[in-house]
Amino acid sequence: MSRIEGVLKALKSQGRKALIPFVTAGDPHPDETVALMHALVAAGSDIIELGVPFSDPMADGPVIQLACERALKHGTSLRRVIAMVKEFRETDTETPVVLMGYLNPMEAMGYETFADAAADAGIDGILTVDLPPEEADEVAPLFAARNLDPIFLLAPTTTDERIRAISEHSSGYVYYVSIKGVTGSASIDVDEVARKVAHVHELTALPVGVGFGIRDAETAAAVGRVSDGVIVGSVLVDTIARHQTDPKALHQALTDLLNPMRKALDSLAQ
Amino acid sequence: MSVKLTEDMLKALPDSRGHFGAFGGRFVSETLMDSLMTLEREYLRLKEDPEFQATFDKDLADYVGRPSPLYFAERLTREAGGAQIWLKREDLNHTGAHKVNNTIGQALLASFLGKKRVIAETGAGQHGVATATVCARLGLECHVFMGSEDVKRQSLNVYRMKLLGATVHSVESGTKTLKDAMNDAMRDWVANVDDTFYIIGTVAGPHPYPLLVRDFQSVIGRELREQSVAQAGRLPDALVACVGGGSNAIGMFYPFLGDESVQLYGVEAGGLGIDSGQHAAPLCAGRPGVLHGNRTYLMEDENGQIAGTHSVSAGLDYPGVGPEHAWLKDIGRANYVSVTDEEALDGFRKLTRIEGIMPALESAHAVAYGLKLAATMDKDQVLVINVSGRGDKDIHTIAQLDGIEI
Repeated sequence: MSRIEGVLKALKSQGRKALIPFVTAGDPHPDETVALMHALVAAGSDIIELGVPFSDPMADGPVIQLACERALKHGTSLRRVIAMVKEFRETDTETPVVLMGYLNPMEAMGYETFADAAADAGIDGILTVDLPPEEADEVAPLFAARNLDPIFLLAPTTTDERIRAISEHSSGYVYYVSIKGVTGSASIDVDEVARKVAHVHELTALPVGVGFGIRDAETAAAVGRVSDGVIVGSVLVDTIARHQTDPKALHQALTDLLNPMRKALDSLAQ
Repeated sequence: MSVKLTEDMLKALPDSRGHFGAFGGRFVSETLMDSLMTLEREYLRLKEDPEFQATFDKDLADYVGRPSPLYFAERLTREAGGAQIWLKREDLNHTGAHKVNNTIGQALLASFLGKKRVIAETGAGQHGVATATVCARLGLECHVFMGSEDVKRQSLNVYRMKLLGATVHSVESGTKTLKDAMNDAMRDWVANVDDTFYIIGTVAGPHPYPLLVRDFQSVIGRELREQSVAQAGRLPDALVACVGGGSNAIGMFYPFLGDESVQLYGVEAGGLGIDSGQHAAPLCAGRPGVLHGNRTYLMEDENGQIAGTHSVSAGLDYPGVGPEHAWLKDIGRANYVSVTDEEALDGFRKLTRIEGIMPALESAHAVAYGLKLAATMDKDQVLVINVSGRGDKDIHTIAQLDGIEI
C-alpha cells in the first residue's frame, strides 16, 4: 500500500477528510520550504502537494504565477525540489508528498532519472498538470515500477468515458478541479461541485480530492462533506506572498488559516 | 538524412493523437481536453463538407484577394547573381500578411460551432489584426492577448485592432512577449471554454491546431505549385520562408513535401547571433521539450525552464516552433537555418530599394537568406521566397534603429 493510500484509508476509517495544502517549492526562498512543510503538517495537514515552479504555468492564475517567479529567481530547479523532500523525509516519514507541476522540467531532467530521484527522496505521487493519460505512455511504467502514484486531474468538462479512463490510469487519489478556470480565479458553486463529485464517486473507487476555489473553513467543510479531501492552494500561496520577509509571521499565518479548516473538516466526522 | 515522403505517409500525419513522429500531441490541462477533442472531431467533419470548403474558398478569393501573385524579382535576381528569385506575395493579402488565411478558416469553424466569443494571442500584431478583422466581419466578440513589450513595439497594430472593435489585453507576466500572450490566452480559454473559440495564430499548440492551421495555410503552397509551373515553367528548386511558430513556412512547404527535388529552407531569427544566446532559433539551437500543448524544439535552460528570446521581429520572438517543423528537421526533409537581426534588416533594405517591396521584418529574414542561397545556385534554377507580410507595421522599429523619430 502506498503512503498516500494508507493515509487516505486511515482517514476514511475514522470518517475524516484529508486536508491537502499546496505550496510552491522555493517560495519565498528555497531555504524555507522544508520548515514550511513541517509547519503545514503541524497545522493539521494530511498530504502535501508541493508545486514545482515553471516559467510558463499556463493552468495557474496570477497568485501561483508570481510564486513560480519568486521561486525561480532563487534558482529552484526540479532537482532542488526533490532534495527538499529528501530533507523533509529525514524527520517526517509519515506525511505523503505529491509533486505537482508541468511536464517540461521532468522531460529536461530525463524521465527515468527523475523517477529514480523522486522515489529515492520519498516522494509519493506525481501530478503533472499538462500531461493527460493519453500522453503518459512513457512515464506511467516508470512511475509504476517505483510505486509513485500518478495523480490526474478531472474537470467539470470531463466526460464520463474519460472519468473512467483517467481513473484507471490513476492511483492514490484523483484530483477534481472544481471550476472552469485557472487556480485562484473564481468562487465555487458548492451545490454543483457536490453533484459532480457524487457522480465521480459513482464512476471510480478511488478517493476524490477537490481543489480550486477553497479559501476558508466554510468552503473546506462544504466541499469536505462530499469529497475525500480538500486541496487548498492559492489562498496559502497568497499568504506566503504577504509574509515573505518574515518566516515566523508566515508560519503563524498559515497555522491560523489551516487550523480552522482542520476543525471544520473534523467536525464533519462527529 | 533525407526520406522520400509518399502521399500515404503524409496523409497519415499527424496521427490520431496529433503526433508528427516524436512531436506534437496534446499536452494540456484536463479542462481543455473535451473542447480540443470536439474541435478535432468537428474539423475533420467540416474538412470534408463541401459547403464549408466552398465558403472558405470564396472568402479567400473575394475577401482576402487570393490567389496572391507570384512575382519574378528580376533586379533582385541580378543583385544575387544566381538562381531566379521569385516572391510569393502574401504581403498583398487583405490585412497585409498570410495570417488571414488561417483566421478566416478558424473564424468559420467558430461560426459553424456556434461560438460567439473569440480569443487570440499575437506577437507582432499581424495575427491579432487578422483575427480582429474576421471577427468584425462575422460579428464575433474578439479579445486579443499581447505581451506588453510587443504592445510597445507594435503600437500601430494595437490601434488597428482597437479600431476593428477588439479588446486588446496587455500581458505583463513572464517575458511580456508572444509566449506569455499565449499563456494568458490559454488561461482565458480554460475559464470560458463553453462559449469561446481560441484562434491560434500558428502551427503550434495542442492537436488539432497544428493540423488545421497547416491545412488553412496550405493554400499558399497549392497556389505556388500551379503558378510556378505556369510562370517559371517548372516546380521551384528551393523554397525559403521565415519560421517563428512556422505557419507561413508550413503553408508554403506542405504541398511540396512529396517533391524530392524541391529543397525547403526555414529561416529562424538569429537575433544577435546564435553564439550570443540572444536569439529565437529553437530548431537551430534548442532541444525537444513540451510547451503550449505540444512537444517540439524549445529554447530552454538545463532545468527545463523556458528561456527568454530575442529578435528584432516581434513575430519571430517565440521559444518554440510548430511540431511538424520539428519532425521535418529530424527526418531531414527541410533545412533550418538562421539569419541575424542585422542580416534581416539588410534584407529589408535590399528588397525595399531594389524591388520597391517593403517586407515585414519577419519576412525580411527569408529575404536575407534567400539572397545568400540564390547566389550559390545556378541561373536556370528557381528559388521562391515567401514574403509573408508587409513592412508597414515595422516602420517605427526601422526608424528607431536609424535614430530617426517619426
